[in-house]
Amino acid sequence: MGSAQEAAAGIVRTDPDATDPYASTRPHAGESAGVLRSRAVGPLEAVQLLDEHGNTHHDATFSPYVEALDADALRGFYRDMATVRRFDTEATALQRQGELALWVPVVGQEAAQIGSGRAMNKADYAFPTYREHGVALTRGLDLADLLKLFRGESNGGWDPRECNFHLYTLVLAAQVPHAVGYAMGISRDLAADPTTEPAAVTAYFGDGSSSEGDVHESMVFAASYDAPVVFFCQNNNWAISVPFEVQSKIPLVNRAGGYGIPGIRVDGNDVLAVYAVSKWALEHARNGQGPVFIEASTYRLGAHTTADDPTKYRMSAEEESWKAKEPLLRLEAYLRSEGLADDAFFEQVKNDGDELAAHVRKATLALGGADIRQKFATVYAQAHPLVAEELAWFENYEASFGDAQSQPSTTQGGAA
Amino acid sequence: MSTMTIAKAINEGLRATLRNDPKSFLMGEDIGSLGGVYRVTEGLKAEFGAHRVMDTPLAESGIIGTAIGMALRGHRPICEIQFDGFVFPAFNQITTQLAKIHTRSDGQLSAPVVIRIPYGGGIGSIEHHSESPEALFAHTPGLRIITPSNANDAYWMIQQAVECKDPVIFFEPKRRYWLKGEVDTENAPGDPFKAHVVREGTDATLVVYGPLVPVALAAANAAAEDGHSVEVIDLRSISPIDFDALETSVNKTGRLVVAHEAPTFGGIGGEIASRISERCFYSLEAPAIRVGGFHMPYPVARVEEHYLPDIDRMLEALDRAFAY
Repeated sequence: MGSAQEAAAGIVRTDPDATDPYASTRPHAGESAGVLRSRAVGPLEAVQLLDEHGNTHHDATFSPYVEALDADALRGFYRDMATVRRFDTEATALQRQGELALWVPVVGQEAAQIGSGRAMNKADYAFPTYREHGVALTRGLDLADLLKLFRGESNGGWDPRECNFHLYTLVLAAQVPHAVGYAMGISRDLAADPTTEPAAVTAYFGDGSSSEGDVHESMVFAASYDAPVVFFCQNNNWAISVPFEVQSKIPLVNRAGGYGIPGIRVDGNDVLAVYAVSKWALEHARNGQGPVFIEASTYRLGAHTTADDPTKYRMSAEEESWKAKEPLLRLEAYLRSEGLADDAFFEQVKNDGDELAAHVRKATLALGGADIRQKFATVYAQAHPLVAEELAWFENYEASFGDAQSQPSTTQGGAA
Repeated sequence: MSTMTIAKAINEGLRATLRNDPKSFLMGEDIGSLGGVYRVTEGLKAEFGAHRVMDTPLAESGIIGTAIGMALRGHRPICEIQFDGFVFPAFNQITTQLAKIHTRSDGQLSAPVVIRIPYGGGIGSIEHHSESPEALFAHTPGLRIITPSNANDAYWMIQQAVECKDPVIFFEPKRRYWLKGEVDTENAPGDPFKAHVVREGTDATLVVYGPLVPVALAAANAAAEDGHSVEVIDLRSISPIDFDALETSVNKTGRLVVAHEAPTFGGIGGEIASRISERCFYSLEAPAIRVGGFHMPYPVARVEEHYLPDIDRMLEALDRAFAY
């Protein structure tokens, strides 16, 4: 089949000679501002409102979302990104000092997380993976709570209902159908009571998880029931050591059309574009128009976890090329060139970050409330005889050591 | 009191739940207009609408995964898995997610999802349609597993499953769907997690659940003809197991036989044998004996009669117990 025939048949192939598989094609005529409607077409150019040099680009659909923001909000994006990066550095240090079993660095992905997180309303709900530290910040979590999981104090660490931010999920993609179900629940609530506050859900996952069956089933359910959910895929190019090309032969955004879901590809290191695109998608979902898929192209500048060693599987030149595109530098350049922020602002952000880091360190080192009895108490919500029996045995067993210590031993030595 | 089949009793139980709890709804494959492949949900879509009786895409992990999300939002999903052998695509969602939500949230969240699964063999069906995977789920802390053996329990236990704050797997003995019984729709039979003595006896305790309860009753009748008085206990709940009821019975009879369709190795019978051996060591006249499926994938229908515990296999086990 020739390429023209293939195109007519809806077959999308990447150009093997192209270094960037995304760069070879433009949006099809008639497509609106990077929004891929539900049909199979070629890869989209990513929506970008702020390039790596700090220059802005206009987009008829998405720029208005940014133009509606005041200087405080724009500075807030920088503050959030710098804060989560400082937090990330502190958590990594805590792991290196033996205070955490593991840490999952977020460095490089701050724009994707802060932009999408800031786009959510209070009533919206987020279902994170295990790396959404930036989203957690935007939802109002005390970031110290995130470390309880990694210190072995709790498998959760916070009440998800307080900030509408679900617990971290470590089984890849398992949280994605939960997000769709939660969104279906919102629809049910609206149907039962029209005064329910409209809300949408953001389902976070990565390029690696996109290969999991749960993502496929989630997209099917979301499309079938018009669930108010935004699938937010951070494509950071690496699933631990396996490059994106092994996960997919086509840009992930192209998969959305196959489900009948609008897809948008966005520069995931451009916080303004991520914010605008997410805002559009959440409104789309909240307004009852169904799910949206967003592929945020970004890069994991650090290791997958503190147990990982990227030098074994990727070139430093690649990392360097992405460092030039990282999210904070371009926003700082923009804020300075527009006169929106001065040295004093950046100094203040740094000091505040140090203060947060100190709080996180102090709170983490002060942890120590984990109690096996609390684990017995939470296996079930209702009383359970087996759990009660085992707890009683455990209490007796523990108490037996207390008795042995408090009484002079008569058998020790004699038995030996 | 009215007479109905187990399938109809579950249907009526679901109808009562849908009426009483506006947050409850059914979801599953082919449960709407068709009424489910066993017609257990027949007529419910017509009565309550597609919103309360949801036909889903053909995706078991998606069914349980989205049910978890809806439960987190405060809804009460009652999911149907079409056949026992088709639950495995949802195994991850059930064991790594559903079972753990309450504890990993330190008790703050709960996901009271009910999962209905027709299980067991003896219907001459094809591969993956006759299995008994209950032990796999019983081994997972955080889940509750119950299974009715008669119409009255079927009517009430499905409603009690929905009322429970924990996730419940409700195994339906599919070869007994058409077994008729009296249903008292006014008075609930009490705690669904307690065992019932369904035939009193003094010489041996025969523990069964779900599809094997009628077989055990027939075996006890046959044993009576030989002069042995066999007490039959319907476990009803597989997690938790009502060990107190078993202990009371075995202390009286001195002999224990446990039977289930699932493979004996690593099964519920082994757990019961071990715990009762500890609890009743000085009362036991014989070792606890298990009757169950062989250590093989569920066999083809032409030979399933050799695989399934029947009256003779239960009598053979009882004879062995009496021989000590």
